[in-house]
Amino acid sequence: MTPFAPEMLLWSLVKVGFALSFAMSIAGLLGWVERKQSAIMQDRIGANRAGIFGITILGLFHPIADAIKMMTKEDFVAKGVLKPFHALAPMISLGCGLFCLAAMPFGGTVTVLGRAWSLQPIESSVGLPLVLAALGLGVHGIVMAGYASGSNYGLLGALRGASQMIASEVCLVSSLAGALFLYGTLDLQQAVVWQATHAWGIVLQPLGFLLFLTAGAAVTKRTPFDLPEGESEIVGYHVEYSGMKFGMFLMTDLIESIVICCLVTTLYLGGWAIPFLDLQAMGLLGGVLMVAGFTVKVGLLIFLLMQVRWTLPRFRFDQLLDLGWKNMLPLSLLNFIVTVWGVYLWQ
Amino acid sequence: MTVRVVERPQRTLAVQIYLIEVWKGLYITFRHFFVNMARHAMIALGMKGVTPGSVTIQYPEDPAVLGKRARTRHRLLKRDDGAPRCTACLLCETICPAKCIRITAEDAPDVRVEKRAKTFSIDLGMCIFCGYCVEACPVDAIHMDANDVEIASYSRRDMIWTMPQLLGDEPR
Repeated sequence: MTPFAPEMLLWSLVKVGFALSFAMSIAGLLGWVERKQSAIMQDRIGANRAGIFGITILGLFHPIADAIKMMTKEDFVAKGVLKPFHALAPMISLGCGLFCLAAMPFGGTVTVLGRAWSLQPIESSVGLPLVLAALGLGVHGIVMAGYASGSNYGLLGALRGASQMIASEVCLVSSLAGALFLYGTLDLQQAVVWQATHAWGIVLQPLGFLLFLTAGAAVTKRTPFDLPEGESEIVGYHVEYSGMKFGMFLMTDLIESIVICCLVTTLYLGGWAIPFLDLQAMGLLGGVLMVAGFTVKVGLLIFLLMQVRWTLPRFRFDQLLDLGWKNMLPLSLLNFIVTVWGVYLWQ
Repeated sequence: MTVRVVERPQRTLAVQIYLIEVWKGLYITFRHFFVNMARHAMIALGMKGVTPGSVTIQYPEDPAVLGKRARTRHRLLKRDDGAPRCTACLLCETICPAKCIRITAEDAPDVRVEKRAKTFSIDLGMCIFCGYCVEACPVDAIHMDANDVEIASYSRRDMIWTMPQLLGDEPR
């Protein structure tokens, strides 16, 4: 065990603060990105009215206006809800989503001032199971919300959420099997290092990448997989929520999609690695480049997922389950088998 | 009696793989996105003659675009000599389903028209913009082509337009 060093404790706090502000600021910005991106691809302008003293900067004040509205709105709790669970549900959802980000390797280890600084908040050899577990736990918030609402629509949304989560989570994990077999580790940092020294996961595991991205999109419960919400048929698990509690559910969706994009970046797009640059040996500049590269990759993935969200209509529920259990699960198992045989024949 | 067999579209393997169709959809949306982004950027850089990146009309700032035959606020027409065309026949008042037209008649100095309107007011707060008054008028005295849709006011009384206002002699 390493001796206790106060600067390391401070550094941990800085990292956790960075992970939190990374999630919160990007989630806030995503509200704007979502509006503007969908507007531009639909030949519209998009929200551009919120401004301070007539200054609107392309509608960038809208997320702030949203936040103020969410916080100052009446937090109405209907008669007949189970109050403790009703209040707890959004916290579980949001907390699980935020926790996932703490294990993300925003950068590798850089040496500054004669000391090695890791740019990963939680350095764990089981980082990936940790993230997947927290991501899976998030569905408890939805089930709890639907159950505590005392509304049939809420319960229906919760049921959908639970079975969709199982269908997509199984594919999510099994599609990873091939990549993990190659990397030989469950440590997210080691996976990035392996990719930096060998080849990016997307090159070696194109099918795995596609399956993971699709299953990941299903985990985030956003269109075309927004069945638990399904605002045009059942309002879903957050039918009895208002004010900031509802805002927390909205934020969970955004943060979960950030988590999925971070995971895809880490496992398939080389994480913080930039080709032909040995960032770990570049000191402070390397650290900045790592975080910047990671953020850019995550941003591009979010852009892609946003575009998918605004392109495809919602699945029917049986179609979704068919996609998960009958198509994606066999394909991801096949991907694993092919990977194993490929490695065996290669060696 | 024959039974007509309706051909159902078959989902081919290419459709069932789904990825190709997703890519086709994404191609369209990405094309729209990048083309519109380029247009927005070119306009922001001050280039002229570029197709706008959006079809949105920023209404209160930019004027509303009305169709050529849009039925808008009423307008009373004048004869060549400047006198109102209206002969106070009360046909429009009679046919009006909303009963929003009020006309009082008086003798006209011009012997050819016999009568003329002393007052002619339309309560636009009650008008349903059906256009019957225009169709009923035998002397083509009333049109609904002022191309004015911003007629809201703060009181019901202010919604009543008087004859000089409808003629355009008195500004509102």
